Amino acid sequence: MYKNFFRYLISAIFLLGFSVNSNADFKVGFVYVGPTGDHGWTFQHHEGRNAVEAAGIKTTFVESVPEGADAERVIRQLAQSGHDLIFTTSFGYMDPTNKVAKDFPNVKFEHATGYKREHSNVSTYSARFYEGRTILGHIAGKMTKTNTIGYIASFPIPEVIRGINAMTLAAQKVNPNIKTKIVWVFTWYDPGKEAEAAQALIDQGADVIMQHTDSTAPVQTAEKAGVWSFGQASDMQRFAPKSILTSIIDDWAPYYVERAIAARDGTWNQQDTWHGLKEGMVAMGPYNSAMGADLVKEVEQLQKDLASGKVHSFTGPIYDQKGNILVAEGKVADDGMLAGMSVYVKGVEGDIPK
Amino acid sequence: MSLDISFIGILIGSIMASSVPLILAASGELITERSGVLNLGVEGMMIIGAISGFALMVITDNLFIAIVGSMLSGVIISLIFGFLTQSLLTNHVATGLALTIFGIGLSAMLGKNFVGIPGKEFPILFSSLRESIPFFGPILFGHSIVLYFAFALPFLTNYFLKKTKLGLVVRAVGDSPVSASNQGINVILVRYCCILYGGAMCGLAGAYLSLIYTPQWIENMTAGRGWIALALVVFATWSPIKVLIGALIFGGITILQLHMQAIGFRIPVQFLSALPYLMTIIVLVVISRDSRKIKLNTPTSLGRIFYKEK
Repeated sequence: MYKNFFRYLISAIFLLGFSVNSNADFKVGFVYVGPTGDHGWTFQHHEGRNAVEAAGIKTTFVESVPEGADAERVIRQLAQSGHDLIFTTSFGYMDPTNKVAKDFPNVKFEHATGYKREHSNVSTYSARFYEGRTILGHIAGKMTKTNTIGYIASFPIPEVIRGINAMTLAAQKVNPNIKTKIVWVFTWYDPGKEAEAAQALIDQGADVIMQHTDSTAPVQTAEKAGVWSFGQASDMQRFAPKSILTSIIDDWAPYYVERAIAARDGTWNQQDTWHGLKEGMVAMGPYNSAMGADLVKEVEQLQKDLASGKVHSFTGPIYDQKGNILVAEGKVADDGMLAGMSVYVKGVEGDIPK
Repeated sequence: MSLDISFIGILIGSIMASSVPLILAASGELITERSGVLNLGVEGMMIIGAISGFALMVITDNLFIAIVGSMLSGVIISLIFGFLTQSLLTNHVATGLALTIFGIGLSAMLGKNFVGIPGKEFPILFSSLRESIPFFGPILFGHSIVLYFAFALPFLTNYFLKKTKLGLVVRAVGDSPVSASNQGINVILVRYCCILYGGAMCGLAGAYLSLIYTPQWIENMTAGRGWIALALVVFATWSPIKVLIGALIFGGITILQLHMQAIGFRIPVQFLSALPYLMTIIVLVVISRDSRKIKLNTPTSLGRIFYKEK
């Protein structure tokens, strides 16, 4: 009996050795901040993962991973268990990703929406969501009757501030009397709190609600109250068919497939990707016919111009809240300035929480 | 901001709506604790109620079945707690904590297929009166039946504990199970009933979130409200009316701080976010200073294991 046992053991060790050496089991890991069914941010990353899987590459994912110490444990676990490429899909995974990358030089890391690439095996990627915000701002400026736009913000990071600014600038262009009211909820994902924030903004006179959080609660609240809203990260239309004017849709699939194949074939390089409407990483959901045919035509043209580069979301002159010039007349903001944006533009009320 | 009277009415209406889960869960837990049982599983029972209610709504398309089912699921999961603590005499604190962890995990597993399904609109009562009467309209009318029940509950609980014989039995069991047992009261049975009642109310509180307040299922959607309910019971010194006051203050400041942000008050947002917790504790400590009354209301044998020698 023992003889047999050792025989099995030895063959098992051989098999193990083979599986480690062969490159057939190239694996990609994904770390998500929310559940895959949030119908927002994480849902879209998961769609990207499905595309990678469809391209014939093995993948695994871990969902609802809190930003912070837990994230490092999960990323390390993925790296240790033989994943060759790991996508970490939330801003708060920035430091944990770089920390783990240092200890696993042979594993490739891709961090979404961050800016730290401390090791040669870390790439960063993000989408120019602000281009979508420009379209939302244009629509909001035209649709509001109370001249008040309500904005549910998550955390005071450049990504969120950039969205608030892009939206406000576009809304001001079509409606100089516009006011942007902002409520910070300090969470990406708490439906109860997001709904309360939306309701507070509506009670304060906002008749267009915009969110930079991930659940569908704000659009549902807007639908109930009979005000306009916009979907975030994915097409949320079926949660609020009357209220949603359009959605900003993140499409990560082409990028994920391209990078996974590059890593498998050994052509992966460190890079910093920032794609927008042009490349299709940012897309717009269907426009609500309640906007009227003229406005739909207008924003479809705006969408084309943003994609072709004819129009830029941050075209000067742009002033900060105190009236200092940020971008001179005739110039556009460069990517460095956009990436580090930490002040409100003129017309936004309140202070950025520190 | 328009500080007119009808606006304040709308504000009070939304404050009431946000305090409902706290009132329900805390009132249920209060009865459990008055019988001498400390159940820290409120969060777990709430989240189980939330997923059961939502799942039943999707499967049966019947909101009545969903609401009753959520209460039943609270009863079933609290039965586990009851069996462990009352029949197997395990430690209340440890078992309650385990129940919360178990509930959160189980609900996430059960809810896998229910994420991302839009909820159904829950019927509201007297919606025409809400629009037509300024100020009082949005306060008194246009709410779901669960809200009216939640606001009646603390008064019913108060009446039950103070004026009925059964209430006296519950209090006796909580204060001195040995004497109660000597009087011929079945202590274990009474405690079982109180635990199951607490479970039913927590289940309903969870269903309020997933069916009425934000009609959808999302993992961990109770987001710590169970713990707040637990704290409310203690800070309200086991008085049902003070639980109601505490829940309203907590809900009120949560909503008000969002409004203050929208208005643009120049107060650090982080401080505003902490304000509901701070103010609720301060107010409840101030209104329950009377140590004689605290002694009267505190269940003396809270959390202690009771067994009858045979």
